[in-house]
Amino acid sequence: MESITKMLVINSRDVLPSDIVIKLYESNADISIKETCFGVMVTGERKIVDEVLTKIRKMDPYGIFIKERGLAPGEKFRCRATRRGGARPGFHNLESEDKILPHIGSALRALDRGEIPELKKKIKKLDVDILKEIIKQELEAQS
Amino acid sequence: MKVFIYPTNSLILSDLVERFGHEPLALMAVIGKKIRTKGLDSPPINVTPEDPKLGLKYAAVEVPSGVRGRMSLFDSLLTDAEAAVIVRDPVISFGCMGCARTNELVNFLIRAKKIPLLEVDYPENEDNAKEFVYKISEFLKSLKPAEDKK
Repeated sequence: MESITKMLVINSRDVLPSDIVIKLYESNADISIKETCFGVMVTGERKIVDEVLTKIRKMDPYGIFIKERGLAPGEKFRCRATRRGGARPGFHNLESEDKILPHIGSALRALDRGEIPELKKKIKKLDVDILKEIIKQELEAQS
Repeated sequence: MKVFIYPTNSLILSDLVERFGHEPLALMAVIGKKIRTKGLDSPPINVTPEDPKLGLKYAAVEVPSGVRGRMSLFDSLLTDAEAAVIVRDPVISFGCMGCARTNELVNFLIRAKKIPLLEVDYPENEDNAKEFVYKISEFLKSLKPAEDKK
């Protein structure tokens, strides 16, 4: 069976990474766990990891976000300890998406309440011919 | 259903696709497979003799090796994709993830594949986020559910 790593990014008012780590230990599953500043990383067989994380997600469905991670925690090719610091590849994307996680959380909450948002109309770009016409009119007005 | 996501390492898209019962096709899984393959000195930086061949499927030999190298990773994602969720002009594609030509080529190939496709923008506020999540959920619900991975 293939071993995978999944990362949980937590953006919750009620759940801390340490709470999740305790729940993961309680599950007694054959996985390895690493607590981080943004959440938790879980390594193990795909089936086991998916099963455990489905239960963990229920702790705060709007505040826990999960994605797969290519490298296991502490992998020497990526670990900052062996690469002498600096942001690891993938950090900047995580950082940029982390900022909008509260909005996504409240959007998921609204979706579960059955709220249908007002879909905004896309503003069309100005047609080239109309722009040419405007330029022509402006030039004529100036001369 | 296997759903291709762009940006290919997006946490939000990967999470939403999985949440709504589909399998996200993300670059992390490809990297993970490469890491676990024995015989590479420094994965994923090293390449195998097979990788350039995969890259050459998409880009000619004169094209910078970075594009071909990246395309060799994208190959399995593009082949398996049955649907796609694409974020238009993500800020993160400018920078270390951002080989602009590869991104353009990937977007082109996904569109050319004529599979169900949803294009959205990253939300900047709560109202936009509601629209973003609603559109993705409706799109994913309209697809067939994913089969369980063995």
